[in-house]
Amino acid sequence: MADTTMSSVSKGGGVAGKVPVLELRGIVKTFGAVRALRGVDFDVYQGEVIGLVGDNGAGKSTLIKTIAGVHQPDEGQILIDGQPVVISSPTAATNLGIETVYQDLALCDNLDVVANLFLGREARTTIIPAIGRPLNEVEMERRTWEVLKTLDVKIQSVRVPVASLSGGQRQCIAVAKTILRKPKLVLLDEPTAALGVAQTKQVLNLIKRLREQGLAVVVISHNLHDVFEVVDRVTVLRLGTRAGSYDIHSTTPERIVGAITGAEYSDTPQVAREEQEV
Amino acid sequence: MSELIKQATPPANLAPIAPPPANQPAPNDLVGNLRAFFRNDLGFLPVIVVLVAISLFFQITSGGSFFGSQNLTNLLLQTITTGTLAIGATLVLLLGEIDLSLAAVSGVCGAVVGVLVAQTGGDTSRGFGLDPWLAILGALIVGAIIGLVNGFFIAVLRVPAFIVTLSGSIAYAGLILVVLGPNGTLKINDNTINGIASNYLPNWLSITVAAIVVLLYIVSLFLNRQLRLRAGLRAKNPVQLALQSGLIIVVVAVVVLSLQSFNGIPVVGIILMTLVIVSWLVLTRTGFGRHVYAVGGNAEASRRAGINVTGIRIAIFVLASTLAAISGVLEASRERSVPAAVNPTLLLDAIAAAVIGGVSLFGGRGSVWAIVLGSLIVKALENGLTLLGQPQEVVEIVQGVVLLLAVTLDALLRRGTAIRR
Repeated sequence: MADTTMSSVSKGGGVAGKVPVLELRGIVKTFGAVRALRGVDFDVYQGEVIGLVGDNGAGKSTLIKTIAGVHQPDEGQILIDGQPVVISSPTAATNLGIETVYQDLALCDNLDVVANLFLGREARTTIIPAIGRPLNEVEMERRTWEVLKTLDVKIQSVRVPVASLSGGQRQCIAVAKTILRKPKLVLLDEPTAALGVAQTKQVLNLIKRLREQGLAVVVISHNLHDVFEVVDRVTVLRLGTRAGSYDIHSTTPERIVGAITGAEYSDTPQVAREEQEV
Repeated sequence: MSELIKQATPPANLAPIAPPPANQPAPNDLVGNLRAFFRNDLGFLPVIVVLVAISLFFQITSGGSFFGSQNLTNLLLQTITTGTLAIGATLVLLLGEIDLSLAAVSGVCGAVVGVLVAQTGGDTSRGFGLDPWLAILGALIVGAIIGLVNGFFIAVLRVPAFIVTLSGSIAYAGLILVVLGPNGTLKINDNTINGIASNYLPNWLSITVAAIVVLLYIVSLFLNRQLRLRAGLRAKNPVQLALQSGLIIVVVAVVVLSLQSFNGIPVVGIILMTLVIVSWLVLTRTGFGRHVYAVGGNAEASRRAGINVTGIRIAIFVLASTLAAISGVLEASRERSVPAAVNPTLLLDAIAAAVIGGVSLFGGRGSVWAIVLGSLIVKALENGLTLLGQPQEVVEIVQGVVLLLAVTLDALLRRGTAIRR
């Protein structure tokens, strides 16, 4: 494959000898006649933010859904902390410490912030044994503030319906929801799409916070400006394969665009690269 | 693609343009807070204002007989059947579904209790002569089974609730005739059943029950404050809580005392209040209740959060039909007979009561307390207009207009929320 010849590929945050939190080897996924993924290699290390970029149809969504357990790969191997695993369902992914925030955020607009964060995993208490276990609102609200503080999310009240929050705040709530499950790896699908400048800043800040917490983060984005602001490494997908993986400090947006569009694909002539750098 | 290149063109890995600090939109705060205050803390205020306005209007136009304790007791008794059914309607509406078979189920279960309790060879060709409590249990089980059938079609087979329950209501109307047999309307001669709607609590008991409930509520308010403070959370100040407690005491005292100046608190009144309080506790204090609101708000998100959406839907339809069965039993007791036809206004009264009380037709929004107020508004209109000697047609037209206004308000509120986002 082309990407194995890519000598400029840098390991970024992945210090030699460290085991990646998640490693994909030669993942192939076909839908009927369409080969969505043709042997993709991918790795993420602890405390590292990876940008996953690529044109429409490059296989980003399929790759994310494979990691999240929505799709099962036809070929290839998935390793978590160096151990081969089978991610048979979204629940299995969650149990392995992989959390995904899709673009629709999966929030209940009518419920308040606390209820959304703890949805499906509510804290209970015992008042009188044998009458069931009512919700422990105080404990849930305390932990909500705790998580929001850790992630540096500014919010006035956690008792307002999330429908009344801004887009950036909603994105932060959706991420905070996954953090409560103490994951190893968080996948964010277009977290800054359709957000204003200030709100984008808020979400990028949140991603940096996740890295500080020692999590591995994968960000799918179309916005290279945002990618260059937060990620440590960029992995470019093109036509179902990894077109390259670049350390953010030793590359330029132009080179990434080249990889995305195929201008720098496979054995790129040295000339083209020089032209870009002039 | 061109968009991508455009965005990528600036050397973004160099000093990124410093965006303005992410300030909260300050000018909107006051408006937002006020709106949240009206939406959450005073959500019932418009409904209460409407109820008070209607009551005052009838009090004045009827020359003071509306607030007479006999009429208030009548009003309460008239509210029971609708109110009980409205709890069921609310549960279903919270899911964003609808149950059009509630009134028919109520009729079927009334017929079941009537036939089960009737003496064989008495005033009907069929009768089981069962113990009245067993007969009531039987009616509730029939209600639950009907709910299970509705729930299966709606939750498992995903047939729209509108169609399932509409077909159901037609079939169950026929079922009433099957249960009652050729004689049609069945008189109930059992004293236990008839006694439910005609008995009143002795004064000492009403006061004790009311005092205990109010005391429990006030204790829980202050206990909750204590817990919140211990966890380092913001809590309402004691003055606010004292005012809240005082308000509750005054409201309960006024209701209890005015009912006692006639016959006392009717047993059915206690039954309705118990049902409302239990539903309220289940909906707001348990995981099940939280999940009901969640499914009503965003079923897909709830499913991804690991909530058993199908199970919740079935459970709610079973509960709603069981509540319809209770309302059927109460109605049979109040009328001392079981009619062969479904009460034509009962279903819409119940749904109207829920919607007027602020339960959203679109799911996920509303409180069971709204039902008490909504049912009172629906029934106060009927009661007051009848008191003024208005014919049935005027009553129905007015009720229709009020329901339309309530639904319009709901739709406007929803649009308001959507625009704000």
